[in-house]
Amino acid sequence: MFSKKTEELGKPEVDENQPLLRVRDLSVVFRTREGSAQAVNKVDLDLARGQTLAILGESGSGKSVSAKAIMGILDMPPAEITSGTIEFRGKDLLTMPEKERRLYRGQRIAMVFQDALSALNPVYTVGEQIGELFQVHRGLSRKDSKKKAIEMMDRVRIPGAAARVGDYPHQFSGGMRQRIMIAMAIALDPDIIIADEPTTALDVTVQAQIMELLAEMRRETGSGLILITHDLGVVAETADVISVMYAGRTVEHGPAVDVFANPAHPYTVGLMESMPRLTGAGDRLYAIPGLPPSLLNIPAGCPFAPRCPRAEDICRQDPPPPAVQLDGIRYAACHFAEEVVSHGIH
Amino acid sequence: MASTETPDPWGAAQAAPAGLETGSQPSPDSDPILEVNGLVKHFPLRQGIVIKRQVGAVQAVDGVNLQVYPGETIGVVGESGCGKSTLARLLIGLETPTGGSIQLTGREMVGSSGAKLKAMRRDVQMIFQDPYTSLNPRMTVGDIIAEPLEIHPDVVPKNKRTERVRELMSLVGLAPEHIDRYAHQFSGGQRQRIGIARGLALNPKLLICDEPVSALDVSVQAQVINLLQDLQNRLGISLIFIAHDLSVVRHISHRVAVMYLGRIVELGEKEQVYNNPQHPYTKALLSAVPNPDPSQRGKGNQIVLEGDPPSPANPPSGCRFRTRCWKAQSVCAEVDPALEVTSSGAQAACHFPGETPSRPGVAA
Repeated sequence: MFSKKTEELGKPEVDENQPLLRVRDLSVVFRTREGSAQAVNKVDLDLARGQTLAILGESGSGKSVSAKAIMGILDMPPAEITSGTIEFRGKDLLTMPEKERRLYRGQRIAMVFQDALSALNPVYTVGEQIGELFQVHRGLSRKDSKKKAIEMMDRVRIPGAAARVGDYPHQFSGGMRQRIMIAMAIALDPDIIIADEPTTALDVTVQAQIMELLAEMRRETGSGLILITHDLGVVAETADVISVMYAGRTVEHGPAVDVFANPAHPYTVGLMESMPRLTGAGDRLYAIPGLPPSLLNIPAGCPFAPRCPRAEDICRQDPPPPAVQLDGIRYAACHFAEEVVSHGIH
Repeated sequence: MASTETPDPWGAAQAAPAGLETGSQPSPDSDPILEVNGLVKHFPLRQGIVIKRQVGAVQAVDGVNLQVYPGETIGVVGESGCGKSTLARLLIGLETPTGGSIQLTGREMVGSSGAKLKAMRRDVQMIFQDPYTSLNPRMTVGDIIAEPLEIHPDVVPKNKRTERVRELMSLVGLAPEHIDRYAHQFSGGQRQRIGIARGLALNPKLLICDEPVSALDVSVQAQVINLLQDLQNRLGISLIFIAHDLSVVRHISHRVAVMYLGRIVELGEKEQVYNNPQHPYTKALLSAVPNPDPSQRGKGNQIVLEGDPPSPANPPSGCRFRTRCWKAQSVCAEVDPALEVTSSGAQAACHFPGETPSRPGVAA
C-alpha cells in the first residue's frame, strides 16, 4: 500500500488561464454479454473555479459514469470511452499517458464517494489512509504524514483528531466516515472535487453537516465542486448550475434558480412535481408514468418520449436537438423546450 | 399498467371484513386497531467467552405508547438507530418485546402463542425496505404473493388462490400475466409492488411499511406513494409508515411520531408537528431538510445539530436529547420528561416545549 514507486512528485503544472473543466461530446459504452449499453451519450459539461455544478439524475442516467470518466477511474473494459474530450485547464485527460494522468488524480481532481464504509480500506487506520496521500504524492515520511493526517482530520472537524488518527473506519459513525472521505479528497488541495451522492447514506441532520462542510471547503480552497445526486433538495441548497441527465444524455442544463423556477424539459418538470414537499401538501403526487428505458435498448427519437405527457409523433421519430438554447445559458434537449418553459407539460 | 377492467378483488366473492371499505378518513372516535403501551425492547450486550455475562443492553425501544385508528396513516420518523425499525419488527412479531403490551383490536399479542398468535398476525402485515433482498429469487411472483395464503389456508380456498393472486397483482398495478416471472425480471418499483401485493394477500387491518420507498428512484417513488394512498382509500387499511424522509412522511401521513433514542419525543397531527414543532429535536430535524427552492437559499434558519446521537446502550440521564439540545438546563439531566400535550395540540416530551429564543449561533 505504501509503495513509493511514483517517480514524479508534486502537482502537474497547468495553464490557469484555460477553463477549469471542459467536457465535450463524452460517450461511454459498456460492452456486456447482452449487447452494448450506451451509458453516457454525447455529454457536455463545464465547470468554473469556485462553482458548484450539480448533475441530477436517477440510477442508470449516466451521472456516476460521467463522474468516473472525469476522475479516470472507469473500469475499462467493460466500459469504453467512444468519443469526446475531457479538458482540464486546456489539457485533454483522455489522450495523456496513464503515468501523467496519475498526477492529476487526487491532486487536481479528487472524489468523495457515496459509501464511505466500502470506499475506505477496513484493515488500515484512517490516519494511514489519509497519510498515504502525502507519502505517495508529496514524499513525506511516515511520521510527517501522520501529522498531516491529524491536521486534515482537524480541518474537517473530527473531534479529538489526534486521539482518533489510529482508529479504523468501522470505529467511526457514518457522518464521521464521510468527513474522513472529504479530508482525503481535499488533502492535496485539488482544483475539482467530485462528490458522488455524498449524503445519500446519511440521516438528514448529518446530511446538513456534511453539505455545510463541503460548501465550506469549496469556499476555503476555491475549488470547483461537481455534486452528483438524485436529491432535488440538496441540489437546490447548493448548486449554482444544474445538468439533468436521463438515459445517458444531458436533457437540461442551466442556472439552478432558473431550472427550479421554470424547468424546460418535461422530465425535469416531472421530477419537480413528483417530489413531496415539506410545505404545502397536495393530495396526490404527480408520478412520471413508466420506467426509464434500458440502456441496451434506448428508444429511437427522444428517450423520454414513451413517458412524456407532451410527446407528439415527432418525438418518437426524431431525436430532439441536443441543446435548444433558451434565454442566456439555458439549454434543453426537447423539441418543445420553449413551450415547456412557458406553458408546462399539462 | 393496471387494466381498467380489473375485477375488484374485494368484490362480493372475496369480501373484506365488514367496515373496511368505508373510505380513507381516519376515524379516531372508533376503537384503535392497534394499541401499544409501554413497549420496551432491550437487546442484551454480553461479554465473556464461556460464561457470557450481561454487561448492559441496547435500549432500542424504551417505553413507546401509540394508538393506531382504522384508516389512518401514522408516520414514524427519526435518525438511524432511533428504534423505528425495531418498533416495526415488534409490532409484526419478529421480535419479542422485553416489556409492555401490544393490543390488536383488543387482543393482547405479547405472550400469545400458537394458533392465537397466528390468527392475530394475519391482521398485521409488513412491507420491507429493500425490494431486492426481501423477495426470494428462486420463487415466482405468483408463489411469493401466494405464500401468506398457504400459511393461512383458511383465508382463501385452495382452488381460488391463483385467481386471488392475479387480483392482487392487478390491484397493485402489475400485469397478472407476469405471474410466472421471477423477481429479478422486475424493476425496483415493480418489486416493491410485489411486496405490497404480498402484504395485502391476507386482508390485513394494518400494514407496516418500513422505508418502502427509500430504495427507489424519485420518479418511481411517487408511483409507489400514490399506490399506497389509493390502496388505503380503497381498502380502508391503516398504515404505519416508517421513513427518514420527512417530506414523504408529511405527504402520506395523518399523524406523525418523531422518535429519538428509542422513545417517541413528539406525536401529533401532521400539521401540528410540521407547522409548529414543539420538541427541539423535531425542530432541528425539520430545519435540516433541504428546501427544494434555490431562491430561498440561506433564508431558512437551519439548526445544525452537533455530533451524532448518543449510543442507545448508554443513553444520557434525564432527557435523552439533552446532549445535543441547545435549550438544555440542569433539570433536563435530572428529570426524564414525559410525553405531554403542549400548546400546539401535539404531545411532546420536553421540559421546555414550543417557542423559545432561538439558539445562539444558528447557522443562516
